[in-house]
Amino acid sequence: MSDAHAEHYPGPLHSPPVKIGGEGPAHGHEDGHVHHPKLQHHFDDMAQQAEASTLGMWVFLVTEIMFFGGLFTAYLVYRAHSPEAFQEASAHLSIGWGGFNTAVLIFSSLTMALAVRAAQTSESAKTQVTWIAITMFLGLVFLGVKGIEYTEKFRDHIVPGPYFDASRWEHPAGVEMFYSLYFCMTGLHALHMIIGLGIMTWLAIKAWQRSFNADYYTPVEVAGLYWHFVDIVWIFLFPLLYLIGRHYHHG
Amino acid sequence: METLNYLNNGHGLASWLLTKDHKRIALLYLVSITAFFGLGGFFAMLIRLELLTPAGDLLTSETYNKVFTMHGVVMVFFFLIPSIPAVLGNFLVPIMIGAKDLAFPRINLLSWYIYVLGGLFTLTAALTGGVDTGWTFYTPYSTAAANSNVMTAALGIFITGFSSILTGLNFIVTIHRMRAPGMTWFRLPLFIWSHYATSLVMILGTPVIAITVLMVAAERALHLGIFDPALGGDPVLFQHLFWFYSHPAVYIMILPAMGVISELVQTFSRKNIFGYSFVAFSSLAIAVVGFLVWGHHLFVAGQSTYAGLLFSLLSFVVAIPSAIKVFNWSATMYKGSVSWQSPMLYAIGFIGLFTIGGLTGVMLATMGIDIHVHDTYFVVAHFHYIMVGGAIMGYMGGLHYWWPKMTGRLYNEPAAKTAAFLIFIGFNLTFFPQFVAGYLGMPRRYHAYPPEMQVWNVMSSAGASILAIGYALPLFYLLWSLYRGAAAGADPWGAKGLEWEIPSPPPTENFGTTPIITHGTHQYAPSKEVGIV
Repeated sequence: MSDAHAEHYPGPLHSPPVKIGGEGPAHGHEDGHVHHPKLQHHFDDMAQQAEASTLGMWVFLVTEIMFFGGLFTAYLVYRAHSPEAFQEASAHLSIGWGGFNTAVLIFSSLTMALAVRAAQTSESAKTQVTWIAITMFLGLVFLGVKGIEYTEKFRDHIVPGPYFDASRWEHPAGVEMFYSLYFCMTGLHALHMIIGLGIMTWLAIKAWQRSFNADYYTPVEVAGLYWHFVDIVWIFLFPLLYLIGRHYHHG
Repeated sequence: METLNYLNNGHGLASWLLTKDHKRIALLYLVSITAFFGLGGFFAMLIRLELLTPAGDLLTSETYNKVFTMHGVVMVFFFLIPSIPAVLGNFLVPIMIGAKDLAFPRINLLSWYIYVLGGLFTLTAALTGGVDTGWTFYTPYSTAAANSNVMTAALGIFITGFSSILTGLNFIVTIHRMRAPGMTWFRLPLFIWSHYATSLVMILGTPVIAITVLMVAAERALHLGIFDPALGGDPVLFQHLFWFYSHPAVYIMILPAMGVISELVQTFSRKNIFGYSFVAFSSLAIAVVGFLVWGHHLFVAGQSTYAGLLFSLLSFVVAIPSAIKVFNWSATMYKGSVSWQSPMLYAIGFIGLFTIGGLTGVMLATMGIDIHVHDTYFVVAHFHYIMVGGAIMGYMGGLHYWWPKMTGRLYNEPAAKTAAFLIFIGFNLTFFPQFVAGYLGMPRRYHAYPPEMQVWNVMSSAGASILAIGYALPLFYLLWSLYRGAAAGADPWGAKGLEWEIPSPPPTENFGTTPIITHGTHQYAPSKEVGIV
């Protein structure tokens, strides 16, 4: 090190730590106050921990947008390439089941928000678990309807692949592409629903054990963010898959 | 008496494999990426041995295809992408911002296990017959024509991608939420800025390659036709989706290296960086503009000329923030008190080699030239100047710079200087002749070539041997330093920054109490800010 520059060096980067209480072990407990049992050692306080967790989930949801984005891109490319085939294929989807499922998911977003609210306001374990359970029930209804729809597609040989029945379509190649994307997109969405149900199960157990209250409700909030995101993906899937064929062959 | 630090705080295999300490996880990554670097290097040596003679005599063309594919897959996905972020970034990001750990220590450990799992998948594919599609997995090679190992290898990349996503997520949340009091954005070390930009690319790009691999998997397993023209699909869509990730992935490799160079140039010039905010924002600019240039890989893939023009222009634009960095590093050294320790040799090497790699990149972004040299060794030389001359130089420089901090030991400086020189000479001898051979028309990915190209290939293979020795040397003197090296002390380089104010090796919690930051982190000269405090 050259001494010529030494006089320019400022002091150490950080000032000596300010100690309020007596001499304590040097791991952040000097001020003597009792930490929340859920506070992890590397966070300063519960607010920092909660902010980190929610930001983490938001960043994760950004990656999810990019993940689904690849499929939406493929959808846009092929729909622009064969719009009539996409309308023909879309017209065959049941708008009744699709609309019903959309309503179910929107309602489940409401019950999820109420579950978060129940945790934030330290409602009883019973109330918290009830809202979580209703949300889970609605998720299961959605998956059940999806199962009915998938079964119909298998029965009618609309599933792409070797058993695809090309004879019933005017634009079989484009229709097969539509259903390839339909199964990839709704399948991936359903997988996210199933993962969501797993998270909610864990959440319900924790809520039953009275883990969540006004001081600590981050897991409920973060799971809620995820659940709303999965709902929103469906809000885009429903019109793109079910509604674009409404006017096909009907003027 | 030995003081308690992160290395001796807990012994045994379980204390390492179940650790949540970001510093120990960094070392887990260091060991695993070194293993993959060795494997990728082994494949490289096979390539250079085959190309020593014009005839395809050592490997059959099928085997050669597999060897260069595995070289690319292993080096890109299992060495270069995790190298600096997962090792140096993991170790330094929390320390440099005054935090005790990353925001999500368990997710950090999980990301290492995901990386290892992905690596095992790809190794399985390599051992059970190999993959011959090239590291780009272009359809229809990867869907119709290839064997089933493609799926195993691609799944390995899919899985490893999540390791990258989780690391990026962890860095972003940590940098936003875990900075010590007073550590404002513009007091952050430039290493942190570059890792923030890298993390943005990781979280925005990697999911796209993941879904693309899933679509290829669905196509193979369920007989869909998403990329199959016979079923109405479009193979060029695969190329678009692939390069939407894989071009920004180049910036995942080079941005952290740029962060390392910014630290090295300041320390070994004893000067604050010239134009701090320009260097910081140029990292973000590279990350953002880097997402808009992928089409320059598709100039000859049937993309419209107008799209080509736009991608060409945008590719020129991304050279501007890169050039800003080169100018600012040079200006930092200007009238600095420059010392030539081994990390600085790598930094100087980086600046020169990255400039060559970058300028040939501008040439390739010009459509007319690209059509002439497309798929030739000119392209191979160009991206090796960026990835090896740039990214690995930065990694080696950073490893040497922070090795005393990570281990508490000093390595043998003359040996380190020798290795740095060997790597620089070996690298140039390997790859500069490839510019010439490529410009003269030698195509990539062939195991045989016309005899008049032999002189360039012999030079290249000779350079590769020197390069191999250069890369092997640190293995010996760095490991030797662990047992016989002198104690490093907290700040062996006379450097500035939070990491040099805590002991080497650091204690498990990094800081006894959260530090309070009163001025910028690299104060080699007083600033106005210091006067105020």
